[in-house]
Amino acid sequence: MTSRRNFLRSCLAGGAAAASAVLPETACARDTLVRPPEGLGLLYDATLCVGCQACVAACKQANENPAEFTAMDKLWDTPLDTSGHTFNLIKMYRNGTMETKDSELNGFSFMKTSCMHCADPSCVSACPVSAMTKDPVTGVVGYDPDACIGCRYCVAACPFGIPKYQYDSPTGKIGKCELCRHRHKDGHYSACAEVCPTGATLFGRTEDLLAEAKRRLAVKPGEWTTIPRGRLPAKGETPEQAAQWKGLVDQSYQAKVGNYLQHVYGETEYGGTQVLKLSAVNFQKAGLPDLPPKSSAATSETIQHTLYGGLIMPLAVLAGLTWVAKRNVVPEDDEASKNQKGGQS
Amino acid sequence: MSAHHPAAPVGGKLFNLPVMICGLLIAAMFAVLFVRFIFGLGAVTNLNDGYPWGIWVVVDVVIGSAFACGGFSVAMLVYIFNRGHYHPLVRPALLASLFGYTLAGVGVLFDLGRWWNFWHILWPGYANPNSVMFEVAVCISAYITVMWIEFSPVFMEQWGLKVQKQKLEKVLFFFIALGTLLPMMHQSSLGTMLVVMGPQVNPLWQTPIVPLLYLLSAITIGYGIVLFESCIAASAYRREIEMHLLQPMAKIMLGVLAAFLAVRFGDLVVRGALGHALKPSLEAFFFWLEMACFVAPYFIVGTAGARRNPARLFVAGCSIMLGGILLRINGFLIGYDTGLGVDHGWNYFPSIAELLVTLGMFALEVLGYIIITRRFPVLPREGAAH
Ligand code: SF4
Ligand code: SF4
Ligand code: SF4
Repeated sequence: MTSRRNFLRSCLAGGAAAASAVLPETACARDTLVRPPEGLGLLYDATLCVGCQACVAACKQANENPAEFTAMDKLWDTPLDTSGHTFNLIKMYRNGTMETKDSELNGFSFMKTSCMHCADPSCVSACPVSAMTKDPVTGVVGYDPDACIGCRYCVAACPFGIPKYQYDSPTGKIGKCELCRHRHKDGHYSACAEVCPTGATLFGRTEDLLAEAKRRLAVKPGEWTTIPRGRLPAKGETPEQAAQWKGLVDQSYQAKVGNYLQHVYGETEYGGTQVLKLSAVNFQKAGLPDLPPKSSAATSETIQHTLYGGLIMPLAVLAGLTWVAKRNVVPEDDEASKNQKGGQS
Repeated sequence: MSAHHPAAPVGGKLFNLPVMICGLLIAAMFAVLFVRFIFGLGAVTNLNDGYPWGIWVVVDVVIGSAFACGGFSVAMLVYIFNRGHYHPLVRPALLASLFGYTLAGVGVLFDLGRWWNFWHILWPGYANPNSVMFEVAVCISAYITVMWIEFSPVFMEQWGLKVQKQKLEKVLFFFIALGTLLPMMHQSSLGTMLVVMGPQVNPLWQTPIVPLLYLLSAITIGYGIVLFESCIAASAYRREIEMHLLQPMAKIMLGVLAAFLAVRFGDLVVRGALGHALKPSLEAFFFWLEMACFVAPYFIVGTAGARRNPARLFVAGCSIMLGGILLRINGFLIGYDTGLGVDHGWNYFPSIAELLVTLGMFALEVLGYIIITRRFPVLPREGAAH
């Protein structure tokens, strides 16, 4: 009896220890994932953005989303936030008299709100039915409504508040930016970048975009430099590769460099995102969360795999429990005879 | 093992006031659900993009299933820790768990936006084993099945299926072991569901040891609910309270509770999160409320003398249940905030319609419990339990 108790106790203790374990160092630990080398993304430069919302309209059109009316006269599309029918919105930071653009004090600034295409997306880790997936090559985080059960765990999990559910529909889907992946096969890249008049939203390979962002950060504020628009050609791109995409190759123009904060948002946050951002105004004030380099998906999956990896621990505990239960469960009909034997407790 | 007291149907009329009230509440629930399935979630709920999960998930599923831990907590006591004299508590506790879980499973469907795809979660081609929710869903589905198997001797007894019952009882130990493991797995995972939400959950509830907290609290809630149910069943059916069982069980409950509190506070101190409890905020207020509910049982039934008082046992049970409710509501609703600077301004409070559905689910559980205890051998035969 005593040995049985001890056995069980160590069984449970083992389980508890593992459950409690803040076990990032064990074999089951899963590191934060990194961006795929050929991953595609966007670079948004708030200092170049003029708030024209052309990208918002283009995004609506590219994704066949209906207008959302919030003003009395219903003259045009006026979504209050991104939603199941609005995947992209330019939001505004405002302070005091709002006199100076890109100034934190008495100024204003814009910020693009759309999926960041995280290297280690919480939405993909959360989704129980693989309706959210990350393309291994392009890194685009796509959504499949035919797989989705509408549990909205992705909505709850995303630190940027991106996936949104269509509450107005009995068969509501999740709506989110998929980097216009449905347009890629026709050679069209992200509609938002395609129409952006100032190059504030730029499409390209994330690694090239990151280099471009760092280049801008290195220039002295106020100096003139070349700003590409539309699509940033990949480094070492062959003419064949370039021909894959429609549109003018060189739309660049000269502009003055902004007074940037020395931070490429998305370079390291949660292990990095494929959409990168530059701003002169504090990113948190402009509505982006302050995230550590370790992703929550890695923490969550580490716990999950530590407890259930290969089902080793559950099976071990089950074996222990079965062993104990077999001794203690007495078929009710012959319990009278057993009563004499085991009379403890 | 000590002798088992045979269970027997309570008998009595099925149509009485409580049953009628339950019926009304259930009808109201179906009316709301009709609207929900025709017009969508937005038509009846106050859910929004800042609070994608409301009381249907948090109360009906996360809290509902924790409340259904009585069966698991008692079975563990009886079969695993070999405390056979608690046996009369097994069937009633298991019955309540059965309903709690089965309805939590059904209740999920109301909340799923694309409910016709629900089977994907158990289908290999779709399943995502990295998802905590996947693990929860698989475990809960399996556990519901296991519980019906564990409970089936009750039906076999009533319908005189002696041979089948004997056959089943030969292998029942395995299902009992499984029925102990599965709730341990998914109760802890219910807590792990918070982890992927990262900094959106207040540090008072966002911790890597959240699985252990949810597991320990589920076990204590299990005992709390047994205290609660036993007292209610005794007064409703005018039966004697099984004090000789509830007293020592309350003591065990306090022991597990102490372990929970030690882990809860130890974690807050180690992570340096205690500061969040000292800020003048709604979160801090609810944190202390949760703490108060978990600590109160020591003042209510802390002494052997106090534990001889059925009213005190009942209140202590309620207090633990409330603590468990708060731990879960705090993590998933009060302490959850998309908190994206300029995005602020999301609010959620359940609509009347949402509350009606939750009440209706609760009524279904009560109704099922009444019908089965009156017609099937669940509660110990009156007069035998001494
Ligand atoms: S921003 Fe949100 S929706 Fe987009 S990939 Fe990251 S977690 Fe997923
Ligand atoms: S709502 Fe759909 S996409 Fe989002 S987590 Fe649930 S099943 Fe996955
Ligand atoms: S990439 Fe396409 S879907 Fe995404 S924000 Fe731009 S236009 Fe919208």
